[in-house]
Amino acid sequence: MSADQTPSKIAVRNVTKSFGRKQVLCGADLLIPKGQSTVIIGGSGTGKSVLLKCILGLIQPDSGTIEIDGVNILAEGAQSRRDIRQKIGMLFQGGALFDSLRVWENVAFGLMQGDRMSARDAKPIAITKLGQVGLGPDVADLFPAELSGGMQKRVGLARAIAREPEILFFDEPTTGLDPIMAGVINDLIRQCVADLGATAVTITHDMTSVRHIADQVAMIYEGKFIWSGPIADLDTSGNPYINQFIHGRTQGPIALQVRSA
Amino acid sequence: MPLLSPLGQLVLALFATSGRVTLFALEAMSHWVRPPFYGRQLVRQIVEIGYFSLPVVGLTTLFTGMVLALQAYTGFSQFNAESTIANLVVLAITRELGPVMAGLMVAGRVGAAMAAELATMRVTEQIDALDTLSTPPMKYLVAPRLLAGTLALPPLVAIGNVIGVMGGWLVGEQKLGFNGAAYLQATMNFVSMDDVLSGLVKAAVFGFTVTLMGCYHGFNSGRGAQGVGAATTNAVVSASILILVFDYLLTEAFFAK
Repeated sequence: MSADQTPSKIAVRNVTKSFGRKQVLCGADLLIPKGQSTVIIGGSGTGKSVLLKCILGLIQPDSGTIEIDGVNILAEGAQSRRDIRQKIGMLFQGGALFDSLRVWENVAFGLMQGDRMSARDAKPIAITKLGQVGLGPDVADLFPAELSGGMQKRVGLARAIAREPEILFFDEPTTGLDPIMAGVINDLIRQCVADLGATAVTITHDMTSVRHIADQVAMIYEGKFIWSGPIADLDTSGNPYINQFIHGRTQGPIALQVRSA
Repeated sequence: MPLLSPLGQLVLALFATSGRVTLFALEAMSHWVRPPFYGRQLVRQIVEIGYFSLPVVGLTTLFTGMVLALQAYTGFSQFNAESTIANLVVLAITRELGPVMAGLMVAGRVGAAMAAELATMRVTEQIDALDTLSTPPMKYLVAPRLLAGTLALPPLVAIGNVIGVMGGWLVGEQKLGFNGAAYLQATMNFVSMDDVLSGLVKAAVFGFTVTLMGCYHGFNSGRGAQGVGAATTNAVVSASILILVFDYLLTEAFFAK
């Protein structure tokens, strides 16, 4: 479903996943172009986060294939998956910072624990990364609980880019932030992706973020991708699902549980 | 028949949970011998489980020893058997009460905290974050805690045993009018290395059990505050029950003739 001829960095093919009787992904297909920023949109409970966790290897799909750089990660062993995961940085919705560690230790965690770098070498890198997301060295020795929500998101972003990954995932990066801080985070995401030359995948409901971050947009509905294309085509897609979603209309083909049963 | 169905489901669920806990424990233990090792995590957990539990375990065994001496006196004095009080106290403390009381106290203090910490990490996606940072959560979070629990409990119980015996001695000398030196001499004469070692083996098993229950329930917690609360309760209740079950089984193995 790639909209242009850019080679795919990630290819999701016919992925299904159920939890008990509830089928969350029903044959999801998506090609994510290399070096571009793809945003996945869709309502709550449509399978966005589950798909992201499947790509990360945190959830095992029931069927289908997920290729990163042409390698089907679902067919690989644990070590190979860990190697592939080293290419990936992730910003979690709530930041997912480790409470017991200082800010710089959070940022340097992947370097110290994953790459076995010494604290002496890792700390300057962590402070540099904090600088890239607009945080000064004075923040480095604080604990996450001492930071505001926006600062925590920025620390999470610094941690995601610390190992200079080839792929960056952002899970609802602006949720819970005021519009100005959301704009700051959007700018930082755009800048970090450009600086690293990384392939970015973002899931969000926030249409301001979508227009700011995306090169490509894909919409998931009831576990399947129903549209994907360049951001420039979003308003003229002619797809009734897209139109309802981006304009936030309650009337349309998307059946939401807005009325009590 | 309708009555048997829930019973059958309960038994099946029990077996399924036992299997999951066993696989969880085996996977965690496999990381004890597979590098990389997280030594700082291990030391931190040993200090947390062993050192910081010392006051509560010390107080518990102290008063247990004191009560034991007092109760034994009220019973044994009727048969002019006061001289065996020291023997009873040291035997009961080293074989049973030291490890069991310490295990239960650590289950309440450490098992609950461990379950709550890991459950919160699960709910806030910190465990998923570990995975994305090339750090297997089982290796980083669970394996050091299990090893720390197994290693920290025996010295903790050994210290608790000494404090418990001293509690009996305190009551014997100060309240019951025994000769203090004679009391200690009787204690040393009666206690055997087997008694002490059996208690320490129990301590290691209880330490493993408490941390396993804390980690298992925390790691597999449900969502939200309710999930964290349920994980904590389940960890303490299951660890407490298993301590008593294993205490019987180990006593049977060590001392049944």
